[in-house]
Amino acid sequence: MGDVNFFLILSFVVFSIITLGGAIGVVTTRNLFRGTIWLMVSLFGVAGYYVLLEAPFLAAVQVLVYIGAIAILFTFAVMLTRSLTALTDRYNRPIANLVGSVLLFALLMLGVILPVWYGWEFDPAIMTTKVQDTAALGAALVDKEGFVLPFEVVSLLLTAAMIGAIVIAREVEEDEKGKRG
Amino acid sequence: MDCVGLCEVVQNIGVADPSIARFIGLLIGVLLVSGVPLLTVIILILAERKIAARIQDRIGPNRVGPYGLLQTIADLLKLLGKEDITPAAADRVLYNVAPIISFGSVVLIWAVIPFMYSANPPGAFVGVDLDIGILYFVAIASLGTLAIMTAGWASNNKYALLGAFRVVALLVSYEIPLVFSLVIPVMLAGSMSLVDIVNAQSHMWFIFIAPLSALLFFISSQAETGRAPFDLIEAESELVAGFNIEYSGMKFGMFFAAEFLHVFTNGILFAILFLGGYLGFLYQTIPVVGFVWLGLKAVIIYFIFLWLRNTVPRLRIDQVMGFNWFFLVPVSILNVILTALILKLMQVAGFAPTDFANSSLVAVLPITIVLLAKDIIMMVVIMGRVALEGRQARTIEQKMNEDLLATAAGD
Repeated sequence: MGDVNFFLILSFVVFSIITLGGAIGVVTTRNLFRGTIWLMVSLFGVAGYYVLLEAPFLAAVQVLVYIGAIAILFTFAVMLTRSLTALTDRYNRPIANLVGSVLLFALLMLGVILPVWYGWEFDPAIMTTKVQDTAALGAALVDKEGFVLPFEVVSLLLTAAMIGAIVIAREVEEDEKGKRG
Repeated sequence: MDCVGLCEVVQNIGVADPSIARFIGLLIGVLLVSGVPLLTVIILILAERKIAARIQDRIGPNRVGPYGLLQTIADLLKLLGKEDITPAAADRVLYNVAPIISFGSVVLIWAVIPFMYSANPPGAFVGVDLDIGILYFVAIASLGTLAIMTAGWASNNKYALLGAFRVVALLVSYEIPLVFSLVIPVMLAGSMSLVDIVNAQSHMWFIFIAPLSALLFFISSQAETGRAPFDLIEAESELVAGFNIEYSGMKFGMFFAAEFLHVFTNGILFAILFLGGYLGFLYQTIPVVGFVWLGLKAVIIYFIFLWLRNTVPRLRIDQVMGFNWFFLVPVSILNVILTALILKLMQVAGFAPTDFANSSLVAVLPITIVLLAKDIIMMVVIMGRVALEGRQARTIEQKMNEDLLATAAGD
């Protein structure tokens, strides 16, 4: 089975290049629209990781939600700010960015290296052995032994966000204008 | 991995090494699955032009070859021979990538389409039988939106950008009823794999169990392809050609081919989801007959798509949006809730099979009758309500006109 492993590693490397390359593209390009396209490339690479982890449902959802919905909305917003596309000014805050990225990197390193260093116990089983298929995944989400509480909390959060968006986007009625100031 | 399907065929021809045989088998599979749609487009364009001409009382292409059969090939050669133009103000890379994404987003759907029955390996001749086939289709189709957006923006043209804006509004909105209508076959078959959905229809086609869902899928997929009455993406009289105004030569050709192929792909998906795909007489004994059945069903649906396109006028954008958000979306949500409730109740009561593929016609009949009745009642109630509202609106308008006339006469 040596050749299978070789192809697995090869695809992992390819997806890593896509993900990291896309991410570098996002932060280096000055053009906002190109930035969103690079973001999509990066997210597509992450979908590839999910395929390698044998989680096809997550991979499809990644493409559908992140590329098909969120990133499309990003491009829509960018198109409305067309004058920004020829932007050459820098809005970077070097010190704040540096602190933030160093902290994030340290956190990631802790999360990745510490378990390996101390040989903490892993559960190396691939997802498909825990959650057999999409039907089992769906059952786990609404099962009281499973993830029903986080699931409901997330739904509540999303509903609240949606109501907030509607309140902000709603047209202000004439007689309400005075009250809002 | 064992060597079955195409790999076995390659091995029988004389390639001894199983890994090489597997590779060649995969290569042939990929070439077939991506090559067949490419060639189909050539026939589709001619068929569409001929049928559209007949509907509009014209003759259509009839100069190149017998009955104009070679017209598309002549057009193809012309498009290939044209100068490859990129506008000076366009975003060069994105401008050139957009047609490829557009066409790719359609061809990739074909990877999960089951073409015919197969006894060994048990299942169907399919590029890859994904556990999440339907979700894969929705995910890949959403890339088409991206392609049109990119094309509209990268062209650096106001008409193209306006077209792209309309695309986002239209496609993102109509994805909602599309996905909701796809949920029903998934619920009935208990699986998102297209092969399982076809097998679940071996006793009763889903169009008889869920006609409303089929209708919703039909309408929203017509909108997804951006064709009349939803063709405001490229409305010739308003936006000249919309998002593809700056494109010429084969780059335009790819958008064109992608649109035609998308319509036919929707026809095939309709056939698979609601008309039983390759099921039909003799589909097990002679699998190729199943392929013909699938083609036939898809062509009938494709013809209805064309018929609609060439008969109805274009709607305004507010009409299209209102139709979606105030009609299709509520109806599709209600449809999903009611179907799920009835199906579960019937299954608990023992009147409906939990596994449609391994049941019988008698076992499937009660749930078919109940859900069919539910769909008919829903349609009657909804259409009655729409008619009532329309009548009220007309009465009010008429009264206002009369008042206006009375005031005018009084002066």
